[in-house]
Amino acid sequence: MSSLSPNRRPIIELRDVEKHYQMGSILVKALRGISLTVFEGDYISILGPSGCGKSTLLNILGCLDQPTIGDYLLEGKDVSELADDDLSKVRGKRLGFIFQSYNLIQQLSVVENIEVPLYYQGMPEAESHARAAHLADQVGLGDRLDHRPTELSGGQQQRVAIARALANDPAVILADEATGNLDSKSGGDILKIFDDLNTEGKTLIMITHDEEMAERTPRVIRLKDGEVGFDTMGEDGKAPPARKTEAAK
Amino acid sequence: MGIVFGVASVIAMLAIGEGASYEAQQQIKNLGSQNIILTSEKPTNTKTAGEQERSLVLEYGITYRDLDQIRATIPGVEIAVPGRRIKDFLWHQSLSVDATLLGTVPWYPEMRNRRLLKGRFFTQIEMKGRDPVCVINEELARKLFPLSSPVGKEIRLQRNYFRVVGIIETKASGADSDQLGGKGDATVKKPSGDESELPMEAMIPLSTLIDRFGEVLFKYRSGSFEAEKVDFHEVTIKIGDADQVVPAAEAIRHILKRNHEDVDYKMTVPLELLRRAERTKQIFNIVLGSIAAISLLVGGIGIMNIMLATVTERTREIGIRRAMGAKQRDIVMQFLIETILLSGAGGLIGVVVGMAVPLIIERFANMMTITQIWAPTLAFSISVLTGVIFGIYPAIRAAGMNPVDALRHE
Ligand SMILES: Nc1ncnc2c1ncn2[C@@H]1O[C@H](COP(=O)(O)OP(=O)(O)OP(=O)(O)O)[C@@H](O)[C@H]1O
Ligand SMILES: [Mg+2]
Repeated sequence: MSSLSPNRRPIIELRDVEKHYQMGSILVKALRGISLTVFEGDYISILGPSGCGKSTLLNILGCLDQPTIGDYLLEGKDVSELADDDLSKVRGKRLGFIFQSYNLIQQLSVVENIEVPLYYQGMPEAESHARAAHLADQVGLGDRLDHRPTELSGGQQQRVAIARALANDPAVILADEATGNLDSKSGGDILKIFDDLNTEGKTLIMITHDEEMAERTPRVIRLKDGEVGFDTMGEDGKAPPARKTEAAK
Repeated sequence: MGIVFGVASVIAMLAIGEGASYEAQQQIKNLGSQNIILTSEKPTNTKTAGEQERSLVLEYGITYRDLDQIRATIPGVEIAVPGRRIKDFLWHQSLSVDATLLGTVPWYPEMRNRRLLKGRFFTQIEMKGRDPVCVINEELARKLFPLSSPVGKEIRLQRNYFRVVGIIETKASGADSDQLGGKGDATVKKPSGDESELPMEAMIPLSTLIDRFGEVLFKYRSGSFEAEKVDFHEVTIKIGDADQVVPAAEAIRHILKRNHEDVDYKMTVPLELLRRAERTKQIFNIVLGSIAAISLLVGGIGIMNIMLATVTERTREIGIRRAMGAKQRDIVMQFLIETILLSGAGGLIGVVVGMAVPLIIERFANMMTITQIWAPTLAFSISVLTGVIFGIYPAIRAAGMNPVDALRHE
């Protein structure tokens, strides 16, 4: 699964993407020309110092935000200039999100939270309920369907979030410091689920601060000041994995 | 909440307004909408003169001449019911009551929409024969005959006896009470205190009255004699065509003005009163409408504030939903529905309160109210509409947020 064979299908292609923020009179360039190709089945860690633009990049990849300059092709389709409704559609159908702070809807139960993306796809209630229950079971929460998020531990909440991210069978799962709020034990559980998902062929991109976690992923991208500092795959996708930790220094 | 008050006041006020105008209409209908009622009044400005020349006969009011002219000049005058009144004590055995003796014509009940409760009214033949018969109203019957049935018995006024042939329903006739309650009070010799509430009346043929009491009426009241000559105290004119009532009233007003130097008469046109009542109701409704509108506005702004607070509170939820594929439209719908449910609930409470208030008023204030189905329906729709209007801004604001910012909220 961690094969680096370059003849896999590219899912994400970024070309010279820049993101600028206007802060009063100062123009902040959060991203300064990122080019990146993500292939189907990729399992990527994004590393980098705080404020280097990791979250900004992930938000653009997740179609929550749009690049100021540059093109973004998702499954061959240019999404950098899509209208808001179409972006919503892409998010709902092709992308799954996992956040550091879980971001479950407090007044909904576990199963209802997992159903949210299905609801916006217009799936009939009975069907979506069955699917959500099945996913909850997969992340080990089959007996907690009617619990509220506040009745769950952080690790359990994050597992609900994973089930929710999987609900629409997305092309890519994006996780922004998914284990940041968790102790090492439950963080490990989450990463185990990620590993399994990748083994099953899912494409995952996760932001982390933890070098050890980055070790688990076949591909590591280091950001520095809004640019790609190092990518274990390189431009040709052939960078040797052995060099990845050295390059961080 | 403002919505509750708004809706409740709309319903309650409509019910009260409707009830009041119904009552007014009913009262006016009792007078007969095609009628014009003329009543004689002692002129105000002759009062001092009357005091000085106590022995002289005071002449005032509607005259034969007036009636002749009215009959001659106004087309479509159907029937005129002339009436003459004497206010004095009526006796039955040892019981006496201060009452009004009304000389009138056999078709009086029909003209003034008054029902006979017992016996019959006097007839044309009795009128011709100047028979000493009378019909008394229920109130008088109760006072003079507390135990027995009055029909067939006799009542006495001064030295004249009248046989009771029937009992007629008591009705506070609008024209009379109007007259007595108004400036009439100052001039009428001795307005019997309870007159304004329920008048005590005995009716006899006009011919009998003229025959027995003559043209000049003598009264012994408050220790002095008074004499007055009044041709008619009360005349009811019926206009055949309802459309002609107002012009005819105008013409009659003209004739009377020419014939009378002093204003010693009063004209009551029920149809005009009806018009006036309708206008009053209109004004009433406008005032109530504005009150309701203001409270709904206040309620709406309240709802808007609640929703704006909710939106801020739930910014993160909005971000999550947007990330999960919700379109702006979906968010707008969600918040709009919530607002409508909120205002709809308020509206529902308002409907319940608004329908209860008239019932309470009816019970305790003894006032008639009418709640029509359309009033709560209208009020409820308005409340929901208020929800839509004031919910749309927070909803759009919620949906317009950037998903990234929404997710980062708090
Ligand atoms: N909405 C915004 N408005 C203005 N500046 C922003 C905005 N979002 C991000 N930035 C700026 O862009 C830069 C990158 O931010 P980003 O959140 O991507 O960093 P990060 O790598 O995720 O950091 P961390 O590891 O602390 O999460 C920062 O300098 C930040 O101040
Ligand atoms: Mg970040």
